Amino acid sequence: MKRLTTLTSALVALVSTNVFAEYGLNMTEGVTSVSRNIYDLHMMVFWVCVVIAVVVFGTMFYSIFAHRQSKGHQAANFHESTKVELLWTTIPILILVSMAIPASKALIDLEDTSKADMTIKITAHQWKWQYDYPKENISFISNLAQSSKDSIKGDKKPEHYLLEVDNRLVLPVDTSIRFLVTSNDVIHNWWVPDFGVKQDANPGFINDAWAKIDKIGTYRGQCAELCGKDHGFMPIVVDVVSKEDYAKWVAKQQSAQAAVAASANKIWSKSELMAKGESVYNTNCAACHQKNGLGLPPVFPPVKDSKIVNGPASEHIKIVLHGKAAMPAFKILNDVDLAAVITYERVAFENTGSIVQPADVKSAR
Amino acid sequence: MTTATATIPHGVHHHGPEKGLMRWIKTTNHKDIGSLYMWFAFAMLLIGGALAMGIRAELLQPGMQLMEPQFFNQLTTMHGLIMVFGAIMPAFVGLGNWLIPMMIGAPDMALPRMNNWSFWILPFAGGILLSTFFMEGGAPAFGWTFYAPLSTTFAPDSTDFFIFAVHLLGFSSIMGAINIIATVLNMRAPEMKLMDMPLFVWTWLITSFLLIGAMPVLAGVVTMMLTDRNFGTAFFDATGGGDPVMFQHIFWFFGHPEVYIMILPAFGITSHIIPTFARKPLFGYSSMVYATASIAFLSYIVWAHHMFLTGMPVAGGLYFMYATMLIAVPTGVKVFNWVATMWRGSMTFEAPMLWTLSFVFLFTIGGFSGLMLGIAPADIQYHDTYFVVAHFHYVLVTGALWAIIAATLYWLPKWTGKMYNESLAKIHFWWAVISVNILFFPQHFLGLAGMPRRIPDYSLQFADFNLISSIGGFAFGASFFLLTYIVVDCIRNGKPVSARPWKGAKGLEWTLDAKAPYHSFNTPPSRALIEAESQHSA
Ligand code: HEC
Ligand code: HEM
Ligand SMILES: [Cu+2]
Ligand SMILES: [Cu+2]
Repeated sequence: MKRLTTLTSALVALVSTNVFAEYGLNMTEGVTSVSRNIYDLHMMVFWVCVVIAVVVFGTMFYSIFAHRQSKGHQAANFHESTKVELLWTTIPILILVSMAIPASKALIDLEDTSKADMTIKITAHQWKWQYDYPKENISFISNLAQSSKDSIKGDKKPEHYLLEVDNRLVLPVDTSIRFLVTSNDVIHNWWVPDFGVKQDANPGFINDAWAKIDKIGTYRGQCAELCGKDHGFMPIVVDVVSKEDYAKWVAKQQSAQAAVAASANKIWSKSELMAKGESVYNTNCAACHQKNGLGLPPVFPPVKDSKIVNGPASEHIKIVLHGKAAMPAFKILNDVDLAAVITYERVAFENTGSIVQPADVKSAR
Repeated sequence: MTTATATIPHGVHHHGPEKGLMRWIKTTNHKDIGSLYMWFAFAMLLIGGALAMGIRAELLQPGMQLMEPQFFNQLTTMHGLIMVFGAIMPAFVGLGNWLIPMMIGAPDMALPRMNNWSFWILPFAGGILLSTFFMEGGAPAFGWTFYAPLSTTFAPDSTDFFIFAVHLLGFSSIMGAINIIATVLNMRAPEMKLMDMPLFVWTWLITSFLLIGAMPVLAGVVTMMLTDRNFGTAFFDATGGGDPVMFQHIFWFFGHPEVYIMILPAFGITSHIIPTFARKPLFGYSSMVYATASIAFLSYIVWAHHMFLTGMPVAGGLYFMYATMLIAVPTGVKVFNWVATMWRGSMTFEAPMLWTLSFVFLFTIGGFSGLMLGIAPADIQYHDTYFVVAHFHYVLVTGALWAIIAATLYWLPKWTGKMYNESLAKIHFWWAVISVNILFFPQHFLGLAGMPRRIPDYSLQFADFNLISSIGGFAFGASFFLLTYIVVDCIRNGKPVSARPWKGAKGLEWTLDAKAPYHSFNTPPSRALIEAESQHSA
């Protein structure tokens, strides 16, 4: 019944054409010179196609209309003309050459990454993005926001359903940024339509792309290469801010990371570890091992009642740090998060393992 | 007409088919095998279509309602594989089997036993592929393009069965291609020159060479996958010194010719049907032959236009962009020739003509989006979005599948000696052509607005067009019940026809009995007959 009402309301919406304004029909022009170049090319090719279509289909439909037996039209008998064949081979070639020239210029321009002011390293993981600012020494992971995860099955969807993350990438405006894109497991693709950046993330290789964003704002994108189960659930959100705000953000981020590093040296209580561990688990592990710890056998094993989880901590730390087959390595998480999530697995789900301190993880690295 | 009873002594040859089931298992007759291929393809079309209905049902509205994401990926993967390898390719081989001997004045195919084998491999390959749904870990879920390492290190165990099935399908296709080449080159009526051959024969001959070139490459790439998965090699694994992008190069070196394998025979069919119903000879016969050959050649040197975003150097991007744009030229020539054939004809619009005219229109739309995709910088925004999904469905469904349906209706009278129900066929045509556009046209908008392909769930701004597309999908899917009825009704109750039910039709097949005899030509047709029936005679 609910489906029926959505259905009818959408059909009604279809009739009132102003709705189309809200929903994109065409490619975005975007906020970089590259994206605008692409948009212009796209429109040029589109209009060329429209003109050719009008000529070809026009001729065809005129013929269908006028040269029909029911109107008494007698068939002619011509069936060859080298002149005509040459004509309709040459004209398309000329049209194609005239399209190829601006296309080549755009391609050469967008491949030129030599003039970058800063670099961002993007590492794809099944199914999240890791962002590194090598110069600023900042590194974090960006996951699908919990609000979206919680509403996949429900009827009420949050505003940016499937296009919201927990940690956004923050970039300064009017700066040439070079993106280095790679992957830790399968092939992914980092795509933000408004930047005109879409680059495959290949495991073991690094690709680059660049963007100079000239408008402050929030831009959203998605992974654009099938990367397994949750390919549809690894969005990208970028906050583009003024240069001053960017400097402030960097400072704040650096002090936060220093605080985390410091806290790795203290002894954590079980309840602190459990509280932190639960959220780390839900963000990083639940996609495969499930919120209830039961996994999705046979591919993703349960952590409930697992031998490793209930056995010595060193084995448990090892598999989480270094991964095994389809289990990803989680070296990218910091010592505190790792200690917390391992403790959480060992204590939750009626497991009976010992608790693990950040120092244990540090020495196991 | 040309029964052989007079020339061959009795007791030496059987003239009719064996009775019962063994007829179909043991048959070496090109018509029987053609029918087997066609029914197999039709069954696969319905199975692949059922999977597509599952996909569209999940995409009807945002949120996951019916299935888990992993199962969704299994559906898209198996849908693509079944449609390409199970439906479209076997259907064209079936048409080739049925029609080529009749069109070149031959009694049968050159290698009839191999013909039997190449068909009977298919049900096993298809069965193995489908059985992966019931295996632990589920069916392959890495897309019909099965990019490594998703299809190697990260794939379910059933992948090895998938590899085996692909090998079998490849064997079948290669044997089919060898058979067609041998038949066309050796069994042609002695009086028929190559440039007398009808275009369906020409396009199939050229397609066969594409098959022989491309299928071994596919076999190679799945074998490399197999050893990467099971025997410790690292062709596609960077940690072992391999390269996942190399997988894509090899795959698309097969994959791009493959898409032309699925469209060249459709061009041939179109070049038969338009002249018949325009009552005018095909315009530019020889340029059609040359255009087909150039498309086939070009199809081998454009593969990396599927890989513009893999990190290709600029020079590579430029080259593959130019080569791809070049394909538009011979393809354009074909479309212009068809329009020129219609021009000043005397057209009627029986169902096969309706399918063919809409083929020309809708395939060309797919061609336009293909041209746009070939512009390397613009492909940055199109790649792996629903724009691509719209593109390949316009060329595959309203291209290849449309031509297959047109051909089935056009030659059904020759196969059965009976006529299908024309008014039902017209209803079916309009139903299908309207619903298929509701299904696929909005996907252009979805892609341009930024919806990636192969996702089981989407954000809210994509909801409306997905809903429309799904409704069109269900309507299109339902239209196949009517098609089944039309074909079965023709076979059972159709009105008997004359030997040449379409007045304007030319071609040796129409000189045979109303229902083509079990062995097509036991005495080769004369030069006079060949000339009178050839496509380039006025
Ligand atoms: C991409 C899916 C995936 C994610 C995400 C994932 N795992 Fe795993 N995990 C696996 C797979 C697959 C195995 C089985 C590996 C094997 O033995 O081959 C596994 C095994 C394990 C095991 C050993 C279980 C046993 O009994 O063998 C532990 C412990 C574990 N994972 C912990 C974690 C933790 C902690 C996280 C989050 C920080 C996590 N996993 C995230 C896929 C995943
Ligand atoms: C002759 C008929 C058809 C052919 C040859 C065909 C071919 C294909 C191919 C090759 C793919 C790519 C699979 C992949 O991404 O791995 C695909 C995907 C798809 N097809 Fe079809 N198809 C046909 C009919 C249909 C029909 C009738 C529908 C809908 C009712 C449909 C809906 C889809 C959908 C939704 C996808 C998934 C797109 C994605 O997310 O990647 N197809 N098809
Ligand atoms: Cu992905
Ligand atoms: Cu291609």
